[in-house]
Amino acid sequence: MKIHEYQGKEIFRRYGMSVPRGIPAFSVDEAVAAAKSLGGPVWVVKAQIHAGGRGKGGGVKVAKSLDDVKARASEILGMQLVTHQTGPAGQKVRRLLIEEGADIRKELYVGMVVDRASQRVVLMASSEGGMDIEEVAAKTPEKIERVTIDPKTGLTDADADDVARKIGVPEGSIGQARTILQGLYRAFDETDASLAEINPLVITGDGKVIALDAKLNFDDNALFRHPDIVEMRDLDEEDPNEIAASKFDLSYISLDGNIGCLVNGAGLAMATMDVIKLYGGEPANFLDVGGGATAEKVTEAFKIMLRNPHLKAILVNIFGGIMKCDTIAEGVIAASKAVGLKVPLVVRMKGTNEELGRKILADSGLPIISANDMAQAAEKVVAAAKGASK
Amino acid sequence: MSILVDRNTKVITQGITGKTGQFHTRMCRDYANGRAAFVAGVNPKKPGESFEGIPIYATVKEARAATGATVSVIYVPPPFAAAAIDEAVDAGLDLVVCITEGIPVRDMIRTRDRMRGRKTLLLGPNCPGVITPDEIKIGIMPGHIHRKGRIGVVSRSGTLTYEAVGQLTELGLGQSTAVGIGGDPVNGLKHIDILKRFNDDPETDAVIMIGEIGGGDEEAAAAWVKANMKKPVVGFIAGVTAPPGKRMGHAGAIISGGKGTAQEKLAAMEDAGIKVTRNPAEMGKLLKSVL
Repeated sequence: MKIHEYQGKEIFRRYGMSVPRGIPAFSVDEAVAAAKSLGGPVWVVKAQIHAGGRGKGGGVKVAKSLDDVKARASEILGMQLVTHQTGPAGQKVRRLLIEEGADIRKELYVGMVVDRASQRVVLMASSEGGMDIEEVAAKTPEKIERVTIDPKTGLTDADADDVARKIGVPEGSIGQARTILQGLYRAFDETDASLAEINPLVITGDGKVIALDAKLNFDDNALFRHPDIVEMRDLDEEDPNEIAASKFDLSYISLDGNIGCLVNGAGLAMATMDVIKLYGGEPANFLDVGGGATAEKVTEAFKIMLRNPHLKAILVNIFGGIMKCDTIAEGVIAASKAVGLKVPLVVRMKGTNEELGRKILADSGLPIISANDMAQAAEKVVAAAKGASK
Repeated sequence: MSILVDRNTKVITQGITGKTGQFHTRMCRDYANGRAAFVAGVNPKKPGESFEGIPIYATVKEARAATGATVSVIYVPPPFAAAAIDEAVDAGLDLVVCITEGIPVRDMIRTRDRMRGRKTLLLGPNCPGVITPDEIKIGIMPGHIHRKGRIGVVSRSGTLTYEAVGQLTELGLGQSTAVGIGGDPVNGLKHIDILKRFNDDPETDAVIMIGEIGGGDEEAAAAWVKANMKKPVVGFIAGVTAPPGKRMGHAGAIISGGKGTAQEKLAAMEDAGIKVTRNPAEMGKLLKSVL
């Protein structure tokens, strides 16, 4: 799960980390009121969307008067902000963060992720702040410092200070940097974050160390123990299809193609997308119905796929392990009837109770195209999507 | 022979009284030597009771002491599953197979840290388990698609493992052991660990290795294969069409920061002499072609 910058900064504050004074605003009037209450002379008007690269896309503007705040807020609020992370359609800006301006002397980068190789949280820091860190990693990897954090000790004073020095924090500001780095680790650990970034972390003219940005993503599997974070969820920032799917415990991701796929198991679902592409088609979605799919879940999965106006055909590919093929067959029939399925449907089932499943489909009287293996299924669904199967 | 488990393995089921645990314990017990293999269950609230004749103990330690079992399989719900692994590790078991999907990564970081320097191996979490056909099935895979034979299978995905096994069986190629290592980012045994064991197993002739996007485990395994593997390995990587930055069902299946793409993995595998196919329907045929 992702949250907005202003929400990330709220969490940072709880961990004693220095952030600029700021107030979120949902309208231009609120933006002006926020600026007034913060006091001048300089404010920053920041678009709040879940994607990065907001500055480059024109979503972050400096204002030097209240009128200027009003003008900038009017400009940004409601715009379709396009960044390298939003895709060409961009993301509509519905929230702003109004902050006091900062006197920036130096911009640094700090991030944390779970490193799969060491199976620990890794702190990454760089003197190259304010830039796309992936670019820094590709072009000048020597400018990224890495510290693997022992979960028993947390980020030690020695490691925090060492990293701060290496990325160019002045000697007089090391203590403040340590507070931020250790606060970030505690925040990361205690909130079950999957990614944390401060880009940039700034040193001000008078030597203060401030987190000018805040990015936090959370482990979906741990949200059950963080109701306060779940409350920060902004559904406007998420794909409505993915939200609908998650309500039924379906794992769904929208893609650009026209062939819907309904598969059990994440690996097989990816492989099904791959084989559709291999046979010249384009998958419309990733959809894993999981291990305990019922007729109801399959019906909902069909409904979600059918919301896509570009959908030309559906491929159901099931290898029964936990899930039995007869359950799937019944689900497919119920779903086809419930939604009045008009697009061609190719079904490939294998595993537990496969004969029974196939018999149920054959006896249903529905025009379901049957396939014996994945390749044949892909070939048939691609042909069906192209209107060639008559 | 086989790897990890065989006809003599004795198994404790953690979470035997839940719906999933009950269903799969029945299926496992009905498979091959299962009746002799599944000797104990654990539920701290129900010691002294039994599940269809399988005695239930309060702790893994007690179950182990009473039955001599050295392996456990876990169906405990996600919030308590990491603690269940810890308990099995503390009881000194040889192997823990964790089926549970959805364990928080932070819990697994701590559990894996506790496991450092201990002898217990972990398979999973979020995995289908391990099967040595005609001997023992520990996990949720459909037993009937397997045949005893000399091909090793290792995969991060459950149903894609079944797909590979199904293809092999149809081609008349049985399996020595099929291992699902699971789809989580922080897990136990990895491709490389399983490949090493297949390499040393006199009853395995060749291996199908199935990976997916995310992380660098396939690349690490490929490098090891290049330097050490004496047997043919063929492979498939799921997720060539997966978009970056999106979690594809498995917690670990994500291309992040441009890393962990299927293309990178396929290139590393080909460089290591592993024959790869881009068609998941042809994994079995490809394996047959290298024998």
